[in-house]
Amino acid sequence: MGEVATRMTALQRAGKKALVPFVTAGFPTRDVFPQLLEEVSRFADIIEIGVPFSDPLADGPVIQHTSQVALEQGVTLPWILEMLADQQARASVSVPVVLMSYLNPLLQISDGDFFERARRANVAGVIIPDLPVEEGAPYEIAARDQQMDLIYLIAPTTSQERARLIADRSQGFVYLVSITGVTGARDAFPAETFDFLRRMRALTNKPLCVGFGISRPEQVRQLAPEVDGVIVGSSLLRVIMEAPSDPIRAAQRMLTPLRRALDESWSPSSVINAE
Amino acid sequence: MHYGQPDERGRFGRFGGQYVPETVMEALLELERQFQSAWHDEAFRRLFHHHLREFVGRPTPLYFAERLTEALGGARIYLKREDLCHTGAHKINNCVGQALLTLRMGKRRIVAETGAGQHGVATAAVAARFGLECIVYMGEIDMERQAPNVFRMQLLGAEVVGVAEGSRTLKEAINAAIRDWVTNVRTTHYLLGSVVGPHPYPVMVRSFQAVIGEEVKEQLLEREGRLPDYLVACVGGGSNSIGLFYPFLDEESVQIIGVEAGGRGPGLGEHAATLSFGTPGVLHGAHSFLLQDRFGQIASTHSVSAGLDYPGVGPEHSFLKETGRVTYVTVSDREALEAFEELSELEGIIPALEPAHALAFLRRLIPRTSKEDIVVVGLSGRGDKDLQLARQAMEEYHHG
Ligand SMILES: Cc1ncc(COP(=O)(O)O)c(C=O)c1O
Repeated sequence: MGEVATRMTALQRAGKKALVPFVTAGFPTRDVFPQLLEEVSRFADIIEIGVPFSDPLADGPVIQHTSQVALEQGVTLPWILEMLADQQARASVSVPVVLMSYLNPLLQISDGDFFERARRANVAGVIIPDLPVEEGAPYEIAARDQQMDLIYLIAPTTSQERARLIADRSQGFVYLVSITGVTGARDAFPAETFDFLRRMRALTNKPLCVGFGISRPEQVRQLAPEVDGVIVGSSLLRVIMEAPSDPIRAAQRMLTPLRRALDESWSPSSVINAE
Repeated sequence: MHYGQPDERGRFGRFGGQYVPETVMEALLELERQFQSAWHDEAFRRLFHHHLREFVGRPTPLYFAERLTEALGGARIYLKREDLCHTGAHKINNCVGQALLTLRMGKRRIVAETGAGQHGVATAAVAARFGLECIVYMGEIDMERQAPNVFRMQLLGAEVVGVAEGSRTLKEAINAAIRDWVTNVRTTHYLLGSVVGPHPYPVMVRSFQAVIGEEVKEQLLEREGRLPDYLVACVGGGSNSIGLFYPFLDEESVQIIGVEAGGRGPGLGEHAATLSFGTPGVLHGAHSFLLQDRFGQIASTHSVSAGLDYPGVGPEHSFLKETGRVTYVTVSDREALEAFEELSELEGIIPALEPAHALAFLRRLIPRTSKEDIVVVGLSGRGDKDLQLARQAMEEYHHG
C-alpha cells in the first residue's frame, strides 16, 4: 500500500475527512510557490500539485490560466521534482504529495523513468487526467514498482461496470469527478452529483475523494458526508490569482473555513462504516 | 500482404490509443460500437453513398493536367478534384458520414474545430442539411486569415466561437471543442475533422475519406488500365492524404508521398512538419508524432496554410512513417505559393494553399520520373478562401 492509501485509511479509521488542496506548480511565481505550498499543506491531509501543460483539455479557464503563467516562468517537470526533493529535505511539507499531470510531460522525462525520479522527490501518487484504465496498465506497474499510487478518475458518465473496474484498479483513493465537465468553480451541485457519489459509495470500499467545482464551506458540508475527502482546486487558485500582493494570506483565508466545515463533518457513523 | 491496421484497440503499431478524460470514455466506446455497426450495415453504406452523390457531388473527376504535365516534362499528372466537392474541400466526405452517425446515435448537437475553416464550413453545411445544432470553435488568428469562411459558417446557421488562448489556431480550437464535448457529452457529438484524436476517430475518418482513393483506383483503371506509380498529397492532420493512400497501401508498386508544411524553415515554431521534425508523444487523445519542446510542452507552429498549421498528426501516418511505407517530405511557404500561382495559370484551377504544398513537390518529383509514369495528386480543396492571404504573401515575395 502506498503513502496515499495509508493516509486515507488512517483518516477513515479516525472518522475524519481529507482536505486535498490543488495548486499549480510554480504559480503565482516560482519564488513564492515553495512557501505557498508549505502554508497550504498545513490545511491539507494530502496535497495535489499540478504540472503545467500547454494543452490542459480537462481544465477550465482558471487552471488554463495558472498553467500558462507557470509555463511562461519556465516551470518544468524537472524543476518541480527538484523543488519537491528540496522541500522534503526541509521537512516543510508533512503530508503526502500527489502530482497531477497530463501524460505527455511524464513521457518526455529524458533522464530516467518518471516514476523513479518522482519517488526520489518523495511524490506519493500520480493523477493523470488523460489516462483512462484502458491505457493505464504499464503506468500502474511502474507506479507500484516505486510504491506509488496511481489514482484514476470516475465521472458521472461512467457506467457501473466501468466504475467497478476503475475503482478496483485505482490506488490510494478514487477521484470522483463531481459533474460532467471541466474543472472550475460551480455555484451549486445538482441532485445528480449526490446520486453519483452514493452509487460509488455502494460500489466500492476504496476511499473516495470528490473534486471539480468545489469552492464554498456549505458545499463541503453537503458533499463530505458522502465521501472520504474533497479536492479544492480552481477556487483556491482563483483567490491566489486575485491577491498578487499577498497570495499566501489569501490562501489561508480561503482554506480556514473549508477546513472547519470539513472537520465538522466528522461523524460517529463514518467511523462505524470504516470498520 | 494485407495491411490490416488498426488492431481492435485502435492501435497502428505503437501509435493511436484513447488518451482522453474519463468523462468522455463512455461516449467514445459508444461511438466505436455505433461506427462498427453502421459501417457493416448495408443500409447505412447506401445512405452514405447516396448523400455523397446527391449532396457532395461525387464522384469527383480525376483530371489529367495536360499543361502542367507538359511544363514539368515528365510523368503524366492527374489531379483528384476534391476542390469540386460541395463546400470546396474533401472535408465534407467525413462530415456526411459523421452527421449520419450522429443521427443514428440520437444526438442533436455537434461541435467541431476548424483551422482553415473548410472543416467548419462542411460541418455547418451538413448540420443545416440534417437539422443539427452546430457550434464551431476557431482560433482568432484563423478567423482573421480565413474570414470568408467565418461568414459562410454563420450563414449556414452555425455558431462560430473564437478561441483566444495560446497560439489562437487549430490546436486551441481542438482544445475548446474537446472541453465543450466533455461538458455536453450526453447530448453532443464531437465531429472531428481529421484522422487525429482518440480511437475510433482515426479509423472512422479514414473510412469516410477512403472514397477518394477508391474512386481514383477505378477512374485510373478505366483511363489508363493500370495503377499509378506515385501518389502525392498534403498532410495536416492527415485525412485527405490517408483517404487517397489507404486503398493503395497494399499495392507495393505504388510509391506514396505525404507533403508537410515546411513553413519558413526547420527551426521549432517555424513550420508544421510534424513527421519530418517531430518526436512521439500524446496530444488530443492519441500517441503519435508531435512538435514539442524537450519537456513535453506542445510547440507553436507556422504555416502559410491554416489547414496544415497543427503540431500533431494522425497516428496512422506515424505508423506509415516508421514502417517506411509512406515517405514524408516538406515544402516551404514560398514553394507552396509558387505552385498556387502555377496551377492557376496553367490549368485554370485555383488550389487551396494546403494542396498547393502537394503540387509544389512535383517540381522535385517529376524530374526523377519518365513520361510513361503516372502521378496522382490529391487536390484537396479550392483556393477561394486563400485569395486575400495569397495576394498579400505574393506581393511580399515579389517585392522582398
Ligand atoms: C483543402 C484542405 N486540404 C487539406 C487540409 C489538411 O487536413 P488533412 O491533412 O486532414 O487533409 C485542410 C484542412 O483544413 C484543407 O482545408
